[in-house]
Order: sequence, then C-alpha cells, then structure tokens
Amino acid sequence: MDQSTATRDLSQAGLPPDQIKAVPVRHPGRWLATLIVLVIAAVVINSVATNPRFGWGTVGHYLFSSQILEGLKITIYLTVVSMAIGVVLGVVLAVMRLSPNPLISGASWFYIWFFRGTPVLVQLLFWSFISALYPKINLGIPFGPSFIHADANHLITPFVAAILGLGLNEGAYMAEIVRAGILSVEEGQTEAAQALGMTRLQTMRRIVLPQAMRVIIPPTGNETISMLKTSSLVSVIAYRELLYSAQLIYAVNFKQIPLLLVASIWYLTITTVLSIGQYYLERYFGRGTARELPPTPLQRLRRNLAIRHARVPLPASESSGRGVGVP
Amino acid sequence: MSEPMVIAEGVHKSFGRLEVLKGISLEVRQGEVMCLLGPSGSGKSTFLRCINHLEKIDAGRLWVDGDLVGYRQQGSKLYELRESEVCRKRSTIGMVFQRFNLFPHMTAAENVALAPVHVKGVPKDEAFKRAAALLRSVGLADKLDSYPAQLSGGQQQRVAIARALAMDPRLMLFDEPTSALDPELVGEVLDVMRRLAADGMTMVVVTHEIGFAREVGDKLVFMDAGAVVESGDPREVLANPKHERTRAFLSKVL
Repeated sequence: MDQSTATRDLSQAGLPPDQIKAVPVRHPGRWLATLIVLVIAAVVINSVATNPRFGWGTVGHYLFSSQILEGLKITIYLTVVSMAIGVVLGVVLAVMRLSPNPLISGASWFYIWFFRGTPVLVQLLFWSFISALYPKINLGIPFGPSFIHADANHLITPFVAAILGLGLNEGAYMAEIVRAGILSVEEGQTEAAQALGMTRLQTMRRIVLPQAMRVIIPPTGNETISMLKTSSLVSVIAYRELLYSAQLIYAVNFKQIPLLLVASIWYLTITTVLSIGQYYLERYFGRGTARELPPTPLQRLRRNLAIRHARVPLPASESSGRGVGVP
Repeated sequence: MSEPMVIAEGVHKSFGRLEVLKGISLEVRQGEVMCLLGPSGSGKSTFLRCINHLEKIDAGRLWVDGDLVGYRQQGSKLYELRESEVCRKRSTIGMVFQRFNLFPHMTAAENVALAPVHVKGVPKDEAFKRAAALLRSVGLADKLDSYPAQLSGGQQQRVAIARALAMDPRLMLFDEPTSALDPELVGEVLDVMRRLAADGMTMVVVTHEIGFAREVGDKLVFMDAGAVVESGDPREVLANPKHERTRAFLSKVL
C-alpha cells in the first residue's frame, strides 16, 4: 500500500491522522486451541464420510421420498396448529392469572399446575385413550339437555388427540411466558393509556401486549422449535408424523440409522428456517426500543462487502470528495 | 367569575396504613393555572392522580367539570361508575407524566393519533392530520416518524403534551413535567405550557419550577404531609409566605 492509499484509508475511517501502529500481543494459546479443534473436526468428518454404515446412499434415496415428505408435512402442520392453540391459550391464561379475581387467577393457576406437572407423553396417551373414560361426548347446557352427541372414538381421532395433547400442554408453558412479558411492561404505560381514556382491554391489546412481545418472542421461538421435536412423541399413538413415517420404513427394510438420519436432517432444516423467522420477528417487535434497528443478515453482508470493497484502492469516482491525493 | 373546573372537599387517600391525603379542599376555576408545590411525599402527585381517577379516594368528594369523579350520586347513595363511564370522563382530562410514558413501539405521530382513533373513533387519516398539526404546534414538525427512543427528553415531553391535547381535554394535569429533564431542556417544555396557559387551558401543575409558578400560575397551593398548608396568589405566597413550613421549603428551593 503506498502512502496515498494509506492516508485515504485513514480519512475514510474518520480516524485521527496519527494512527497507532503497534505489534499486537501474540496468543499462542489460541493457536493451540484452533489446532485441537481442527484435528477433532477432521477426525469426525473423516469418520462420517468413510463409515459405510451411515448409509448416505440410502439417506439420499429416502430424503425426498413421498412417505417422508408426507410425514414432514404432518409434523409441520402439528407444530403450527399446536403452537397456535398454545399461544392463544397462553394469552388467555396469562391475562386470567393476572386478574384481581382470585377464582379466575386460581383457575389459571390450577390449569398451569396440572398441565405443566404431568409429562406431555402421558397426556398424549391419555387423550388417545379418552374414549375409555368418556365413550360419549355431549354438548349442551350443563346439567341440562344436550344438543350435540358424538362418539368419542370418532371425535378424538389420533390427529385430534395429538393436537389436544400438544396444544393444551403448550398453553400452560406459553401462559408463563406471556405473563412474564406482560409484567415486563412498565406500569407507566398502562397509566398513560388509561389517562387517555382507553379501556383495560384496549390498553392490553394496543399498548401492553405489543411491548410484551419483545420479551415473549425469543422464548416462544424456543417453544416452537421444541414443539417441532416434541411432536415426534406423537409417534407413540401411531400417528404418521415425520418420525413415525421413518420408523414405518425401517420396520420393513431394517435400515434404522439412515432413516433416523433422514428424519434428523429434516428436523434440523425446519429448525434452521424457524430460527431465521424468529430473528426477523424479534427485529419487528424491537422497533422503537433502539435508536436504530439491528441490520438483517443480508444488510450486514452487504455492509461488510462494502467495507471490504472500500479497503481496496477505489477508482477515483467512488472516493471523490473524501480521498486525499486523488484527482 | 368563571365556573369551577375542579372542586375538592376533604379528599382523603390512604395506601394501606399510610395516610397520603388528609383532607384536601381546593377549587380550580375554568381557565385557571394552579400550581401544586411541596416537598416530595407531600401527596401532590397522588392528589393529581385522584383527579382523573387513577387513584380512588377513600373519603371526601371530588368534582371535575360538574361530575363526581368515579361515582354517580342518586339521592344519598353513591354508585360506582362503570369502566366505560370512567374512560369517557378520563378522555376529557389530559395528563402529562414526569417520565413522559410515551408508547415506545409507536412513532410520535402514532402516539398522538392513537387515542383519538381508538377512544373517540376519529377516522385514521383525520387523526394523523391533526397529530401532524399538533406536533407542529409544539415545534416537532420534523419528528412525526421518530420513535420516542430517537427523541431527547424535552422532545418526548412535548410529544406527550401533544398526545394529551389530541383528545381536546377540558383540563390538563401535569405531574412534575420537567423533573426528569436536563436543565437545558426544561425551557422548551415550559414554553409549550406557557402558551397553553395563555390560550386559556385549565391546568393543574405539580412542579418545582418556582419561576413558572410565579409567572404563569393563577393560584399556588403549598402542600405538606398530605394537607394544604397555604394557598393563594403565587406572587403573594412566594414573596410573603405566612407559614413557617412554607418559608422553610422556599428558602431551600429558591
């Protein structure tokens, strides 16, 4: 780098002209750690690539098979519906829990206590066997006449059992997450809204919940990812989601490892997509909290490229006005 | 003489066993600016919050614009007002807080337009046009789309005043509006308040700004330990305080 480009770099970075040039401290420990990590990585990659029992050919063969894709679709559907039930239920339970009426908050407490206190696997089995407990399901006036009669075996299909088991359980966890979010909003916000004449419901919907979202979104993203994987428990009630679809295939061809890998690859893929979605959601609900929104990965990439680009001596047109010694 | 806007008769308020207000009686007339002065913990802010029913009073009576606050009287019986009735009343009383309490997830214009749209049912575009005009009138024409975090304290407080004015209040309550501001920024907020007073707005102002009280206030009430110690013309009270407690307080803040 000649003198003029060096000066230009400084002026572009906005640094004082007398920049410090010192020999940086050496970090031999870091080099050693890097070496160890690289060796371990090489061993793992080598074994994964060369061990024929991984059956990568089989993995490739089944990765996009119709049975697996059908199972994947059902897994995503289960996740979305259960989370939707969980979120709605969670908001209702959280608002109930914060109610000044002890009966209402007590009811919410009881629900959370019950559904959080029993394993979701047990709940799933319970719902699938519900017809043993209530063979007929009637809807109507409590202790009075009923209008709708249904056979529990017809009404509670494996799908309904799965949704009930996952969704009702999730509601209990979401309730605590939403409650924490609501409590995180400053009291002054509620007061300001009330002073403007807004009702409690309006205040909750327009002022408190949108701000609570900032606290609610990250753990909810966690819950969604967790739900994606928890939905594999539904395989115990013989519902064909992703894992059970894989199990059905290896029950026939005995290639357990490759098919479990197929399922894992899909779980990882969806988890990755969900994480990206979460990042953008957080960004949206974070508006107003910082002076500037954090950059999206794309923007960051572009900015990094731009900086890297700027380091290389620029053609005169791009650096005009700021450059030194450039015509 | 103009109609009374706020009448307090023996207003009491306790938090648990702590009696914060021990029988406040006073009157604010339409178009008047009343300044509440006093040491912290004297109950001035609590009294202010009683006026728009953010706090319930325990005893006494409080009228705003001819209506009892929070209750309806039929014969000798008091009936608690429904939420919608309380909200309707509050929507006619503007309040400005010490900590601004702007809604951080909304821009300045959205903050101002929110209540007209959702409380009064004003069409959105109309509310935003009005919000722009109000923000312009407090000197923030170029900050419509800024979020509160991007504004200085003084700017935030001016947005908060515009937000309160958007509801066309009959009465404005100010709870130490300049106490959380840098000394440099106090002036811009006081200027807006001064103009508001000149336009004839009825105002109750809890403040430590003696200069503002002297210059703009029509009445000054000095409170201590939940009671009114002294009240009267601000210039008179500030120049010749009659009570020892008032004198002691003023000697420290002046």
